[in-house]
Amino acid sequence: MKKWFSILGGGLLLLGNTLLLGLVPGVTLAQQKNIILATTTSTQDSGLLDVLVPIFEKKTGYFVKTIAVGSGQGMAMGQKGEADVLLVHSPEAEKKFVAEGYGVHRRLIMHNDYVVVGPADDPAKIRGIKTTPEAFQKIASGGALFLSRGDNSGTHAKEKSVWKAAGINPEKQKGYQQTGLGMGQTLNVTSEKKGYTLADRGTYLALKKNLHLDILVEGDAILLNIYHVIEVNPAKWPKVNAAGAKAFAGFMVSKEAQDVVKTFGVDKFGSPLFFPDAGKKEEELGK
Amino acid sequence: MSVPPPLLAVKDLQVRKGGTPVLEIPSLTVEEGTILSLIGPNGAGKTTLLQTLASLIKLERGEIFLRGEKVTSNHGLLRYRRKLAMVFQEPLLFDMTVFQNVASGLKIRGMGSGEMEKRVMENLERFGIPHLVKRSAHKLSGGEAQRVALARALAIQPEILLLDEPFSSLDPPTRESLIEDLEKILRQTGTTTIFATHDRMEALRLSDRVAVMNQGRILQIGPPAEVMNQPIDEFVASFVGVEAILTGRVVKKDGGSFVASIMGREVEAVGDVELGESVVFCIRPENVTLAAHSFKESSSARNVFQGKILKVVPLGLYYKVQLYCGFPLVAYVTSHSLENLALKEGKEVVASFKATSIHVVRKRIKT
Amino acid sequence: MDLILEGILKAFYLLFTFDPEVMKITLLSLQVSGTATFISLLIGISFGTIVALAEFPGRRLVVSLINTGMGLPPVVVGLFVTIFLWRNGPLGFMGILYTPAAMIIAQAIIATPIVTGISLAAVQALPKNLRLQILALGATRFQMVWILIKEARLPLLAGVMAGFGGVVSEVGASIMVGGNIKGYSRVLTTATVMETSRGNFDIAIALGIILLLLAYLINLILTHIQQRERPR
Repeated sequence: MKKWFSILGGGLLLLGNTLLLGLVPGVTLAQQKNIILATTTSTQDSGLLDVLVPIFEKKTGYFVKTIAVGSGQGMAMGQKGEADVLLVHSPEAEKKFVAEGYGVHRRLIMHNDYVVVGPADDPAKIRGIKTTPEAFQKIASGGALFLSRGDNSGTHAKEKSVWKAAGINPEKQKGYQQTGLGMGQTLNVTSEKKGYTLADRGTYLALKKNLHLDILVEGDAILLNIYHVIEVNPAKWPKVNAAGAKAFAGFMVSKEAQDVVKTFGVDKFGSPLFFPDAGKKEEELGK
Repeated sequence: MSVPPPLLAVKDLQVRKGGTPVLEIPSLTVEEGTILSLIGPNGAGKTTLLQTLASLIKLERGEIFLRGEKVTSNHGLLRYRRKLAMVFQEPLLFDMTVFQNVASGLKIRGMGSGEMEKRVMENLERFGIPHLVKRSAHKLSGGEAQRVALARALAIQPEILLLDEPFSSLDPPTRESLIEDLEKILRQTGTTTIFATHDRMEALRLSDRVAVMNQGRILQIGPPAEVMNQPIDEFVASFVGVEAILTGRVVKKDGGSFVASIMGREVEAVGDVELGESVVFCIRPENVTLAAHSFKESSSARNVFQGKILKVVPLGLYYKVQLYCGFPLVAYVTSHSLENLALKEGKEVVASFKATSIHVVRKRIKT
Repeated sequence: MDLILEGILKAFYLLFTFDPEVMKITLLSLQVSGTATFISLLIGISFGTIVALAEFPGRRLVVSLINTGMGLPPVVVGLFVTIFLWRNGPLGFMGILYTPAAMIIAQAIIATPIVTGISLAAVQALPKNLRLQILALGATRFQMVWILIKEARLPLLAGVMAGFGGVVSEVGASIMVGGNIKGYSRVLTTATVMETSRGNFDIAIALGIILLLLAYLINLILTHIQQRERPR
C-alpha cells in the first residue's frame, strides 16, 4: 500500500515540478511578452540566433520563441497570423507576401551567399564557371546527379530561380532528385551520392570536414542570399504581438545586432558567415 | 415464547436473463446452523440461486429476508453481502501470499492488523494448513488452494456460507479429505451453509436438507432420506438415484461389523463406527433378494425382513419392486422371478440383503 | 564506425561534465514524457478497466477504436494538436503552442490509447468469476476495481512502460507543438534531429545514447516494481 502512495507522490511531484519549471513561464507569462519568430532551419543551424536572441531577450524582457521551419512554411504561418515576425531569405515570395498585405516593414538585415558544390572530380566540368545558370545547364545536359531540397525553403526558391534563368525545367532532368530535407542533411545526401547541389556557404562551411564536396561555382550575383525581417501585419491579424515584432525587427537593424552579425563565425571559420546590410538598398548588394 | 425467524428466507423470487426467467422460487427458508444442499443437472439454476442469494445477481422480482428483516437495495445490500461469503468451484485466489489471501476479506472490512493475524492463523489451522502461511498462491496444489479459499471465506465469520460445487474440481482422495474436514468445521462453527453439488453422495453426507432443482425451480426439498426415498416425481426419482436410504443409530458393535437400529428394526452392516453414532445406509436394489413368504432357506444374508409389496413397476428387462418391511426398500427382479414368486401388489414377501452390500455413511451428530 | 565511437565518447563526456544544456534537455525529456505518461496512466488504466468490466451497447466499437488508437501516428496527433492550439484555433486563447505544456498534451494523447488498450486486455484476461468472488467477500464496487487492478498489475505496468517508451522516443509531434526552442522546449529527441540536420553527428549520437540510457533507467525502475510484488 505504501508503495502505491510513493508512486502517486512521485507522479504528483513530477507534475508539480514540470509545471513550475517548464510550463509556468510560457503559459502564465502574459501573451504580450511572447514573440513567435518564424525563421529558416539554415538560419537556426548557423547558430547566429543563439547569440542574437539572448541579447535581445535580456535587453527587452521579451521571450522569443524561435520556430525553425522553411521560408515557405514561415510565410504560411505569417499568412495565418501564427507568427509575429519573420526572418527569412526568399525575396520573390517575400515580395508577394508583403504585396498581399500579410507583412509590413520588410527590412534588409544581412546577406550571405550560396555556392554550388559537387564532387572533387567534377564530372559535369562546371568548376570555375562564372555564371551559375550556365553551370546548371552543363549539369543538366550531362545528366549529372543534382540534389534539390525540394521543400519551398529560401534555398529551394533560389535554386528554382537559377533553373528558370537557365531556361530548364529541372523536374524533367534525368539526374534531378528532391530530398525534402534541411540543408545539412541534403549536403550529406549529396556527398554520399557524389552529386551536385546548391547550398548556403554557412552550412557548407560548418559541415565541410565531413563532406567530400568542393565549392565549384561562387561569387555570381544571382547567388546572393539576402535576409529580410518582416513584421506580420497586425491589421490582418489583431492577435499578433505587433509591439514585440516591432521591437525585434528594430533590434535586428540596430547597430548592436549588426555588429554581432559582422563578426559572427570569424573565430570558428576564419571568415564571417554573414554580412550586415541594415539600411542599405537591395540593389546595392553584390560586393 | 415466539419462534425466531429463519436465518434466511426468500419470497416469490424471480430472476431473468435476457428476458427469460431462469429462476423461480416462490419460497425458501434456511434455519440457522443447518446445511442445505442444492442438487440438480447442469443448468438447473443452482449457481444462479447461489449468486442471487449472494446478491450478485439482480432480482426481477421477490424479496430476501435475513432474520426476518428485508434486504433492501443499495446500502442494505452491501451490509447484507458482508454477512455472507461465497466459494466457487475454482479457488480464485489472489496473486499474493496465502496469508494475504485469507486476510483479504478482513482487509476489505478494515480490520486492524493484530486482530487480522489472529483470525487468519486461526482459520489456517482449522483447515490444517498453517505451514502454508507465507507461500505464494500460485504455488499451491489444487487441494491446498481450495482449502485457502475456504479459509478465506470462513475468516470473515459469515452468517451464511455459500459454496458452488467446491469439490468438483478436485481428485477423489483430495475431495474426500476436504469434505471430511469441512464437515467437521461446519458443525463446530455452526455455520449456516448452502452448497450446490451434482454428487448425491456429497449431499447425503453433508446436508440436513436437500433441494432438487430443475429449470430454475425447486422440485422437492426435505431431509436427504425423504427426498431420496420418496421422490415426488419421475424426474426427481431419476436424479436422486435408486438406492434405499435409511437412517439409524449404532446400537451394537463387534469388531468390523455392527448393528444399527432403523425404525425399530435391527440391521447388520460392516464398517468402522462408534456406538450411538448416527449412520445412513444406502442399499442398492440389485443387492436385495426377495423370497416367498414362507421360504426359510438359510443364506449368507443376516438381514432378513418380512414385508409387504407396495408397488411393482416394469422397467423393460426387469421390474422394480417397492416394498415396506419396517422401513422402505427397493428390489429389482427379473420377469422370470416375478412369475415364479407371483409377486404383486399387497403380497407378503421376505427381503434379504448382505451386511457387506450396505454402503455406510457416517453422519456426525448435529449439535 | 568511428563516428559511433566518437558519439559514445561524446555521450560520456557530456554526462560526466554535466554539460548544462544537455542536462536541461535530458531533464525536460523526463519531465515532459514522465508527466504525459502519468496522465495517460490515470486515464488509461481507469478507462481500460471500465470498458473491460462494463457491458453497454456499442462496446465492441469502443474496443476497436481503442485498439486503433494504439497505432495512432504521432505526427498526425502533432498536426491536430497544433491546429487546435494555434492562435486562431479553438484553444488558441490558452496560448500554449510552442510550450512544454503542448508537448505534454500531444504525448499524453499518443500514450493514452496504448495504456488503455493494454489495460483493457489485462483486466479482461482475469478469470471471469474473480469479480464475483471479490464482491462475495464483501467488497464495495470501488474496492473490487482496485483489487482487480492489483491482480492485473504485471500487464498493467507493462502497458505503462509501453506508453512511456512510445512518447519518450517520439519526435514528430514534439517538434511540431513544441517548436524545439533552445532551453525551453527542446528535448533529447528533437535535439537529436536538429543536430543531425546540422551535420553534428557526434552530438546527435551522443544524445541518442543518453536517451537510451534514460529510457533504460526508467524501465529498470518500473520493471523492479513490476517484478517485486511477486512473493517468492
